[in-house]
Amino acid sequence: MKVKVLLFGIARDIAGGAQQDVELDTGANVDALKKKLTGMFPRFNDLKSLMIAVNNEYAHGSTVLSESDEVAIIPPVSGG
Amino acid sequence: MIEIRETPLDVAEVTQAVTTPTAGGIDVFVGTVRNETRGKKVVRLEFEAYEKMALSEMEKILIRAREKWPIEKCAIVHRVGTLLPPDIAVVIAVSTPHRVASFEACRFIIDTLKETVPIWKKEIFEDGAEWVSAHP
Repeated sequence: MKVKVLLFGIARDIAGGAQQDVELDTGANVDALKKKLTGMFPRFNDLKSLMIAVNNEYAHGSTVLSESDEVAIIPPVSGG
Repeated sequence: MIEIRETPLDVAEVTQAVTTPTAGGIDVFVGTVRNETRGKKVVRLEFEAYEKMALSEMEKILIRAREKWPIEKCAIVHRVGTLLPPDIAVVIAVSTPHRVASFEACRFIIDTLKETVPIWKKEIFEDGAEWVSAHP
C-alpha cells in the first residue's frame, strides 16, 4: 500500500519536500513506517525524537496504518 | 479561545477574552522573540504549525488544565510565519477565582505546549539557520 506522509520543520528540509509517498506492506504499523523512513532518510536518526501522527493524534509504534490515514512526521517540536 | 494566526498578536485582546466577573485573577504569559541564542544574534524566527493537530493538542492541554485547576476561562493564541525580535509568538491567558491557580495553570499550559504542540521554529542567524531543539 502507498501511504502519504506529511513532513514539517527539519523533517521537511531533510526529505526535500512537504509530502512523501511511502510504499509499505498492507497492515504495516507505525514502527514499520519509521524504519522505512529512516532507511530512506538516514538523517532522521540524528534528530532528538521522531514521532508519527496518525489522523492528528500522536501514534504508538503498534498503530496499524491504512492508505486513507492522514500520516505526519513530527520532528522535535519548538513552539512557544 | 484557541487560535493560530499569521497576524500580530494583541495581549489586551487575549486578556479580554478570559475576563469574567467570577474570576479574581488573570495570569497572562507572553512569549516573545529574543534577539540572541547562545551568544549568536538572531535576525528572525520562522514559525510553522501542523495547524489542525496543533489546535487539537492545544485543546487537550486546556482540558487537562481544567481538570487540575478551577479555571473560569483560558486562551491560547500562537502566531506563525516570520517574526522579528521582539515580536510576540504566543499569548496564554487564564482566569481563576483566586490568583495561585491562575499562575500554576498558565505555567502548566505553556510548559506543556512546548512539549506536545506540533509547532516548529527556525532561528535565522546572520550566518546560517537552525531548527530549534531538533538535535540532541
